[in-house]
Amino acid sequence: MDVLQDILRTLSLPDFYFAMFRSATPVLLTTLGAMVASRSGTNNIALEGTMLISAFVGVAVSAFTQSALIGFLGAVFSGFVVSSILAYFVLKLNSNSVISGIALNTFASGATIFVLYLLTGEKGASTSLPSLTLPSITIPLVKDIPVIGTILSGHHILTYAGLILVVVIWYMFKYTRLGMHIRAVGESPDAAESVGISVKKVKYIALSISGILTGMAGAFLSMGYVSLFSSGMTAGRGYIALATQAIAAGNAVVGMLASLLFGFCQSMANYLQSSSIPLQFIQLMPYLIIVIAYTIYCFAMEQRKKKKQFREADKKK
Amino acid sequence: MSKKFTAIRLLCAFAIAIAISVIIILLVSEEPGTAIFNLFLGPLQSKRHFFEVFSSSVPLIFTGLALGLVFKSGNFSMISDACLYTGGVVTAALAIEVALPYGVHPIVIMIAAAVTGGIIGSIPALLKVYFHTNELVTSLMLNYVFYYLGIYTITKFLADREAGAFASRKYAETASLPVLLDRTNFHLGYLIAIGVVIVLYLLVFKTRFGYEIRVAGSNPQFAKYSGINTAKVIILTQVVAGAVAGLGGSVEQMGMYQRFNWQDSPSYAWDGVIIAILSGNNPKMVPFAAFFLAYIRVGADLMSRRSDVQNELVSIIQAVLILFVTAERFMSGWKQRREAKKALGGEV
Repeated sequence: MDVLQDILRTLSLPDFYFAMFRSATPVLLTTLGAMVASRSGTNNIALEGTMLISAFVGVAVSAFTQSALIGFLGAVFSGFVVSSILAYFVLKLNSNSVISGIALNTFASGATIFVLYLLTGEKGASTSLPSLTLPSITIPLVKDIPVIGTILSGHHILTYAGLILVVVIWYMFKYTRLGMHIRAVGESPDAAESVGISVKKVKYIALSISGILTGMAGAFLSMGYVSLFSSGMTAGRGYIALATQAIAAGNAVVGMLASLLFGFCQSMANYLQSSSIPLQFIQLMPYLIIVIAYTIYCFAMEQRKKKKQFREADKKK
Repeated sequence: MSKKFTAIRLLCAFAIAIAISVIIILLVSEEPGTAIFNLFLGPLQSKRHFFEVFSSSVPLIFTGLALGLVFKSGNFSMISDACLYTGGVVTAALAIEVALPYGVHPIVIMIAAAVTGGIIGSIPALLKVYFHTNELVTSLMLNYVFYYLGIYTITKFLADREAGAFASRKYAETASLPVLLDRTNFHLGYLIAIGVVIVLYLLVFKTRFGYEIRVAGSNPQFAKYSGINTAKVIILTQVVAGAVAGLGGSVEQMGMYQRFNWQDSPSYAWDGVIIAILSGNNPKMVPFAAFFLAYIRVGADLMSRRSDVQNELVSIIQAVLILFVTAERFMSGWKQRREAKKALGGEV
């Protein structure tokens, strides 16, 4: 009962919802990235490693240039580079995208520690690097509204960027030439090729976009609320994005909701750390709930598909 | 020709990986000679280090077999990570809480770990068959779930409060695998691993079920129409692979550890990917691939102890190898030119 009370009390705090958006941000950006790649027909498993490398590059570059903006651009650019490497192997050398992605993740987890040690002499975290953070923004007017102001104003600049990008990606898929080309290539590469779309070029652009978005997510991790890189700090967020992306099935708005579900669980986990539930159960909650949500989603989709088939079969009679 | 081509390609991939690591060492190290020498020849310097290669290859053999089997059936589950970790946790529990005589104790533990691994391994497969989820996505999430459950089990029930760091109480002496060679850590686990290699080789190439796995992996449509129950194949391969990984976790714990102190999930399952790829998903080749990776690992450890280059270099080598070995069109131009030359030569 204590636990239930704790949960209810947490749910009544505006700060909790603020934290929900904060925890959702890196997953949201990565989900959008995963979505663009997936709609073009490539599964980008390398997101986890891309995010890790970007987080590291952001810290390193901002520490050496003493400019948060250049650090951020470095993070985004490294995201682009990693996805270009993936694209080279997958599109040019015909590699299996999952296996190449796993290779890049292995590379990222080792190489970030390797370079971190070269720069600082430590393997755990970049505490000795004077890296910078990107600013948070208070929205004028909105911040004065009670409750809603607390929840919606004062977020990190990348949180707002993520929310804006949801609209941008949604619009891109629905109304722009590039978005339609990406969808066409993903759904039927042969058909797309036959009407003169360069499949490889479109796939490459899609992978680059996914790398850039994931680079932003990496920058958020190490230059958002903490100015620190620590080894393995992505903690599976790149993999979670694969699940939220699958739930979204190409719809950026649903992707946002799925990311917010993760943010909800994660922020609930943070708030319940002082409660009587064992810490590890709290930590595993976000992952478990995403698996359950994903499973229910897949099951529902399958049922729908079956019903549709039955209906069509009936019509034919 | 194609076999020869594969071999040449493999050699080129190795050459690229070695070249990249040498370049990195030359760039960052102040004592590149010592670093390079230890990385490539360190394990040959003493009997102890040489046999360390064998003992470090034990968990890699298990995960390589598990991943190879899963890949062979055309699936992409990474749940072996959770199976191995939980296998280790089960081992810790039984090695601490249960008293059994010598000989019997390890056997009971191994069976329990394998069963646990099999059950965990079945989850992504069951979700795939009954709910149409993607096994890669669910397995990646479930790995975290089982990892935290393992940490919970250790800290709640088995922790040594006086240890200072994260560690379980000491295992009973009856629950350790004997060392086979004096002054090395070459333990019985290696022979168990080889035993599993033989069993899996027979399973894949000499049984009906193995045939079904191979068909389902190489041509799922054909498998379906020829009456193979693909759902059964998906689930059973995952169960077997999970059991192998779970067994690997227990053998590793009993052979190399006296307390459970895996605070992070060891990356053996991810290493299993490269073992599976290098071995071409053929159980027979797994010990050799595992030996190679373990050799580089031991060399890298020696390198980081004796010079200023860190052993994380291994993951870079590993990544480069995976990338080039699996790149289908890597060197395809070279092959084409050779074939063209041969064909033209025949005409003249």
